[in-house]
Amino acid sequence: MTSKRYAMVVDTRLCVACKACVLACKAENDVPEGYCRDWLVEEVRGRFPDLRAENRSERCNHCTNAPCVGVCPTGASHIAEGGVVLVTAAKCTGCKACMAACPYDARYVTPDGYVDKCTFCLHRVQRGEEPACVAVCPTHTLHFGDLDDRESGVSRLLTERDFKVNHPESGAEPNVFFLT
Amino acid sequence: MEPVEIDSGRHNPGVDPGLHIWGWEIPVYLFLGGLVAGLMVITAMAELRGGRPRSPILRMAPFGALVLLSLGMGALFLDLGHKLYVWRFYMAFRPTSPMSWGSWILVLVYPVGILHGLGSISDTARASARRRLGRVGGWIVGGATFADRVRAPILWLSLVLGAGLGVYTGLLLGTTPARMLWNSAVLGPLFLVSGLSTGAALLLLFPMDDGERHQLARFDAVAILAEMSVLGLYLVGLGSGGAPQRAAAATLLGGAWTAPFWGLVIVLGLVTPLALETIEQRLGRPFTRLAPMLVLIGGFSLRAILVAAGQDTSFRLFP
Ligand code: SF4
Ligand code: SF4
Repeated sequence: MTSKRYAMVVDTRLCVACKACVLACKAENDVPEGYCRDWLVEEVRGRFPDLRAENRSERCNHCTNAPCVGVCPTGASHIAEGGVVLVTAAKCTGCKACMAACPYDARYVTPDGYVDKCTFCLHRVQRGEEPACVAVCPTHTLHFGDLDDRESGVSRLLTERDFKVNHPESGAEPNVFFLT
Repeated sequence: MEPVEIDSGRHNPGVDPGLHIWGWEIPVYLFLGGLVAGLMVITAMAELRGGRPRSPILRMAPFGALVLLSLGMGALFLDLGHKLYVWRFYMAFRPTSPMSWGSWILVLVYPVGILHGLGSISDTARASARRRLGRVGGWIVGGATFADRVRAPILWLSLVLGAGLGVYTGLLLGTTPARMLWNSAVLGPLFLVSGLSTGAALLLLFPMDDGERHQLARFDAVAILAEMSVLGLYLVGLGSGGAPQRAAAATLLGGAWTAPFWGLVIVLGLVTPLALETIEQRLGRPFTRLAPMLVLIGGFSLRAILVAAGQDTSFRLFP
């Protein structure tokens, strides 16, 4: 089997903050009411009139060096195909060590008591489909693919465009990239 | 720094606007875990140096520690979100997870504590157990005789496991770099010395042999001094770290948690009992229970404040 490294590339220049990605995720993944696995951050920097606005669709970064996996006492938090970080509900004690360890606060405790978060829609990806948020985005802001494949769309975007990740100083090596 | 305005659409319960995943249960668990660590280390060390203790409370301490440990584990259990899956802790050992180390240390403590306690039972108590408790008394005496035979290794195990337990209660927080206030390896030693000091303080609340009380009070004073130095190291370490660490330190040094931290932990929990214990010892004043009570209050406050203040010292504060 060839190695895969799934990643998401978010084009902050195209995003209009319509939140279609957020709604698509809730529907696809039966996210409990009042919770979200992906969310919009609208950020404005600078002093008037020199303002820079940026919209970011954010989610779990499926970190290469995921601290949430390291601290999990039961193996519920684990690294699955393509580096996707998943939580097995039937192994999770709800101890919340992973939530304390996640630099991005991407996880939550479900009303049922176990911890959950974005899965990169691995169930869809394994069927050959895109994650729900990517598929629904009307402005093609969101891109999903394999960074180990140099010809993939995400690989090409990251060679052609400037990008950043959230809080690189966390040391977690996030795999959600923002084109700037 | 240039102004930045952030509007986040994430409002997950317990996560936003600030992370709040651990309430009173975790500080209680960390406090009782530290106490147990202290009791194990103190009683084992005392006996390794000076033979079987004279005061009944010191001989009962290993059993008392197991009761406190069970209460602590009860608090930890109450904190779990997915309680029916608690057994999952014991279906795996994950060396990178302090929580996993802790769960396994906790189960090892029980047999060691029982053997430690059985061997501490005095000869008179053994004789009366045999007389009054019939068959159960026979088992107790049999167990105690067996414990006598393995006494030295059990005391050493108590010492090592106790120290491990104490350090682990600190590392549980200290291995979480995502929370700046906890991002310090010093928390392991800090919680251990604090556990030693609170363990001694708890014992000092009970009547005991004068000589042993003297030794224990001296030990507590040394532990308090050690705790003060380690706390100093901790604050200096945070203060000389990067901007996030400095901001985290600021919550204790001028920010929201300054008054409780300095009032309850430093003044009430360390400086005052140290002064009281010194005065009592040096001037030969009669012993009071005030100093040990303050030490216990300070030990609990330390954990409660660090757990509460640390949760939200995260990267999101530095956009
Ligand atoms: S973003 Fe958080 S939950 Fe997701 S992989 Fe990284 S550390 Fe784990
Ligand atoms: S809450 Fe669940 S997934 Fe998270 S560390 Fe604990 S057992 Fe692992």
